[in-house]
Amino acid sequence: MSKLWALKKSIWVFHLCSGSCNNCDIEILDCLTPKFDLERFGIILTGSIRHADVILASGAITRKALPRIKRVYEQMPSPKIVIAIGGCACSCGIFAGSYNIVGPFDKVLPVTAYVPGCPPKPEAMIDGVVKVINSL
Amino acid sequence: MLANIFYFIVFPGFLFTAVIGLLASWVDRKVTARIQWRVGPPWYQNFVDFFKLLGKETIVPKAAKKTGFLLAPLIGLIGVTLVSLILWRMNLEPNISFMGDVIVLIYLCMLPSLAIIIGGSASGNPLAALGASREMKLVLADELPFIIAIFTPLVRIASIRIGSIVLYQQANGMMLTHHLSSFIAFIVAFLCMQAKLTLAPFDIPEAEQEIMAGPFIEYSGPPLAIFKLTRSMMLFTMPVFLITMFLGGLRFEGWSILWSIVKYLLILVLIILVKNTNPRLRIDQSLRFFWLRLFPLALIGFVLALLGL
Repeated sequence: MSKLWALKKSIWVFHLCSGSCNNCDIEILDCLTPKFDLERFGIILTGSIRHADVILASGAITRKALPRIKRVYEQMPSPKIVIAIGGCACSCGIFAGSYNIVGPFDKVLPVTAYVPGCPPKPEAMIDGVVKVINSL
Repeated sequence: MLANIFYFIVFPGFLFTAVIGLLASWVDRKVTARIQWRVGPPWYQNFVDFFKLLGKETIVPKAAKKTGFLLAPLIGLIGVTLVSLILWRMNLEPNISFMGDVIVLIYLCMLPSLAIIIGGSASGNPLAALGASREMKLVLADELPFIIAIFTPLVRIASIRIGSIVLYQQANGMMLTHHLSSFIAFIVAFLCMQAKLTLAPFDIPEAEQEIMAGPFIEYSGPPLAIFKLTRSMMLFTMPVFLITMFLGGLRFEGWSILWSIVKYLLILVLIILVKNTNPRLRIDQSLRFFWLRLFPLALIGFVLALLGL
């Protein structure tokens, strides 16, 4: 129980780009700017997947990115949470049906929350994270 | 015997240093946030981070050497605990100081860096190896001026015991304001401390934007928690070392408690300001800075101390 309490108060996120157009990634970084300041909730962007609790996944998965994504997920220490950021990660967006697209994220990894939008606003991402925390 | 165990585990040793160190790290994060016009995390954030990491899974990579990988964090933790223990015991009871304890302290201050080097090399990850090699170069760079700077006030009072420097400062006022040599040595030691804490501009080993987390890249769960704790404890212990040597030591009688806390907070905020207003140096730049700029400066201070200034 206390473990879960600590996890809720300090979520370290890892930013996984799998063939996105970089728009969602910029918006993810927006969350960390002084205006939104996610550090006041204990959310930090980490550089290494070994330190992370949450994967922020963006982009429809390309064939080339698929094996890397699986490996990154396997390298993550449990408990693991995946949040799909953006229309592409949720449902492939405008790339649906493309020859080099494997599919949306929930086809490959167990996704806990979806944040749609192209790109989603930082407020929407914070809302998604809050919903994940409440569902734990 | 029991008293010694108590000293090691509870009061000046592990628990005390850990709690104050985590609070100091919070001050670091909060002041950083305020400098960047953010709100910053609540005061218990570092405790929560620590307990969360304890609850995570520990992964030992296939390419890693298991014993070295898992033992390295403990080496660092024991080193910093011993430094804190010796410093506080000497500050509270200067008379128990023994001959050459400064040398012991300088050696023990090395242990956390050594732990990072061992852990990084044992990780079996190219980025961790790169971080370990950078840490090695940084230690080589900062150790030389640091030792000379620490020895300057000792040469001035012609004694190699921490107890005698604490007593001397209690009788004659702090070294920093009374001796030119100690003033120069303090500046050198402060900059070396920044490198020992691996904070910007000398956060080269774990440069987040280029080699992710450097030596810590493969660490997860409890070992990572211990490394983070060690860093927080260093953030408390190294300023206390400097305060003991240059700023009159720490005392716990009446109003001097407040004065001790103010001294520590001043040094801490100075560290944070330097950290937040400087870009990261390259490893060759920092080597040049320590050996060609700070080393002559430290030597000047040393010679002045020999001349009795």
